[in-house]
Amino acid sequence: MGINAMKLTASLPATVALSAAFALAACSGGETPSGSGSANSGDGDIVRINLDPYPSTYEPQPSGTTLIRGGTVLDGIGGQIENGDVLIENGRIAAIGTGLEAPEGATVIDAAGRYVTPGVIDIHSHLGVYPSPGVRAHSDGNEATQPVTAEVWAEHSVWPQDPGFEHALAGGVTTLHVLPGSANLFGGRGVTLRNVSGRTVQDMKFPDAPYTLKMACGENPSRVYGGRGRSPATDMGNVAGYREAWIRASNYRDDWHEYWESAEAGEDASPPTQDLELDTLMGVLEGEILVQMHCYRADQMAQIIDMSHEFGYQVTTFHHGVEAYKIPDLLAENDICAAVWADWGGFKMEAYDSIRENLAMTHANGACAMIHSDDDNGIQRLNQEVAKALADGRRAGLDISEAEAWAWLSSNPANALGIGDETGSLQEGYRADVVLWSGNPYSTYTRADQVWIDGALSYDRSDAGMQPVRDFMLGQPGEGEQ
Amino acid sequence: MKQLISAFAVSLTLAAPALAQTYAITNGRIVTNTDSGIVENGTVLVRDGDIVAVGAGVEVPGEATVIDAEGGWITPGVFAPYSQLGLIEVGLEDSTNDQAAGESPFSVALDVTDGFNPNGTHIPSQRIEGLTRAAIFPSTGHNIFGGQGGLASTSGEADSVFESGSFVFADLSQSGADEAGGSRPAAWAFLAAALADARGYPGRFAGDHEGDALNRYDAAALLPVARGRVPLVMSINRAADIRRAIRFQEDNAPVRLILVGAAEAWMVADELAASGIPVIIDPLQDLPFNFDAIGASLQNAAHLDAAGVTVAYATLSQDGYFNPRLLPQNAGNAVANGVPWDAAFRAITLTPAEIYGVGDRYGALAPGYAGDVVVWDGDPLEVMSAPTAVLIDGEPTAMESRQTRLRDRYINITDDTPFAYRD
Repeated sequence: MGINAMKLTASLPATVALSAAFALAACSGGETPSGSGSANSGDGDIVRINLDPYPSTYEPQPSGTTLIRGGTVLDGIGGQIENGDVLIENGRIAAIGTGLEAPEGATVIDAAGRYVTPGVIDIHSHLGVYPSPGVRAHSDGNEATQPVTAEVWAEHSVWPQDPGFEHALAGGVTTLHVLPGSANLFGGRGVTLRNVSGRTVQDMKFPDAPYTLKMACGENPSRVYGGRGRSPATDMGNVAGYREAWIRASNYRDDWHEYWESAEAGEDASPPTQDLELDTLMGVLEGEILVQMHCYRADQMAQIIDMSHEFGYQVTTFHHGVEAYKIPDLLAENDICAAVWADWGGFKMEAYDSIRENLAMTHANGACAMIHSDDDNGIQRLNQEVAKALADGRRAGLDISEAEAWAWLSSNPANALGIGDETGSLQEGYRADVVLWSGNPYSTYTRADQVWIDGALSYDRSDAGMQPVRDFMLGQPGEGEQ
Repeated sequence: MKQLISAFAVSLTLAAPALAQTYAITNGRIVTNTDSGIVENGTVLVRDGDIVAVGAGVEVPGEATVIDAEGGWITPGVFAPYSQLGLIEVGLEDSTNDQAAGESPFSVALDVTDGFNPNGTHIPSQRIEGLTRAAIFPSTGHNIFGGQGGLASTSGEADSVFESGSFVFADLSQSGADEAGGSRPAAWAFLAAALADARGYPGRFAGDHEGDALNRYDAAALLPVARGRVPLVMSINRAADIRRAIRFQEDNAPVRLILVGAAEAWMVADELAASGIPVIIDPLQDLPFNFDAIGASLQNAAHLDAAGVTVAYATLSQDGYFNPRLLPQNAGNAVANGVPWDAAFRAITLTPAEIYGVGDRYGALAPGYAGDVVVWDGDPLEVMSAPTAVLIDGEPTAMESRQTRLRDRYINITDDTPFAYRD
């Protein structure tokens, strides 16, 4: 493991890990930190907020025992094993190393000359909420009717028949985080999905993944609402809008806590009126919901960091972070990750200072960084996007290994989504989300040959029967076309 | 490094059009894009702006400045067949965006090169990635026509635009149908009427009479299209619409078409090949992004190549003023999806030049071609490769952009010099 990768792992927000644990406990009906537990938690008449009213119904596909033998293994946390083996049993990574024995009945895959990696995780996708084809009825990602819509949940817009999902799968994406758009200061909750086919979005939801909150800095909210002659029309209007909402959320949290304390003490107490918008914001203040914030400019990110201190919450990731390279020290100090593109920018003033070395420089200067797509085409080749970022960083003199850079595609986004103890790296006991690449995945010519999700073969480039086709494509000219 | 860059800057300033320099680019794997194919360990000799010799046994004259490719690749510059380079500085800031003019009374008469800014900061960031020439496209404003496009280099020099009035752009896809009043029939009817206006120019415009579709200025600008002297580049994706376009060309000789978009072209590949109509596609477009492109496929490029269609690649899914530099990645992905390497590389170099009628000057390394030469540190279609030197019209260019300046300012975050006082 490279020095930078270790630093990354070590510096990964303690708060993220902690809040993930909280959320997992909350979602699985266990003890919750704040009293904001399930309505059915069995403590008599005390009113609780149901944290998981739309639970995951995801079930892994049946899988056998698989030994992927003799490939170059990048483990996603900085390790590289030549002539390495990965053993999958019961949907989990059972072993990783060299010279592993194939258990009886195992499917053995010869990976000689090929690469084995953790599945790609895209922390910023709008698949399902802006699905293909991009017709008016499919524009479901921005509730752009008022600037604070923390009450909406992206999962309620996800169309599981978006053909974009299967194209992303062919690019090795096994997990993706789908967010509302950036028209609003508070866009609503995001949802983390397994990249599997399901009849419902619940069938795709990553079990026990914490909820997230999409927030947006800068030009988008002020353009959308300023254009309608209402606040926010400026950057300062944006910040006033966030703060006003956080004050309401703080009061709401205090009211609930006061109520729970009284009720638990057996006093006569009536609960506050439940408010969907403030439920989400309270979840952030309680550390149960992770903030994923669209923010381009360095100075804007610094303002948001101060605001998070003012109200006592943690920003998990700045998305787009076009100027992250200007403030890696500030991001590292505050345990905030940056999710960025390799080489897109210029489309608005706040994206003007885009540079190709952003990802590599942010990482090398000590902050947690990762790739993201924000695009239904870009999500299909995130490995190439990392290859460009890595090559550009190296040309600028940064010493970063290929193995270290795979963290930008898997373990860093997993950690930033609060699922880093389940997926994102090839470690014993982790979900067997694995990609077998036809060659070095940093080559333009390499393709994902096979993709496993929870140990189940989900995509095979050489077997049309193992390439999912969404309902929408049936009977269409492009059916089965990759 | 810095001194090297300044030296280049000086030489650029002094490089008046009357060039008198000789450069020998040596010790590289040369992709000629000619019958000579690939030349191993060869030399390209450039004198007074043009290529004068290419081969393995080329003697380096004493006066030549040597650029050592150090075993890398030497290729013609990349030629983007579709871009908005130099027209837009910041996409969402209308004041910096000269791509379209929805409020103008004119359409075909608009010459996009009047808005081309060689000082735009995105031009050096394309150049240092190996892009040396580009077709500059207008977008549509108030009818199906966007105006006339031109051809430019990425030198950043005053004479960057080397041809204007190179083609006329029209949208016959679903968005063109919207512009025309709401349906595809409306778009084709408008096109037919516009062509009749052009053919009738100037007689039909005697006195106060106007055309049926176009005013006199627009009709005059469309006349070279009607006469087949300038191609009409049509944005179109759906297979049925492509068939309609083929029929349009048959019915309107000597009108010449080029199709851009062409997401479903593979479904009509043989008809396209027979028609001789070149197509400009994005080989990465594989999603049914709208109902015109339900058949979009990563195999589009390979099917068209196999059918013998003339194909150039564009970066239609990336911003045309910011990222045509990604063309080599697009071509590499076409290779990964079944196109032979040579054909894919031509699709971003020689084929675009040929489509616009300048294939005898650009897109290949051979005597008589302009000295647009790129030295790469590896296979140019590999995403991890990059140019180490870029010559345009026989002159080395600075490997520097506003982006690299920002990089250099911020790479050492702990330096005590305040950022605004750094280079």
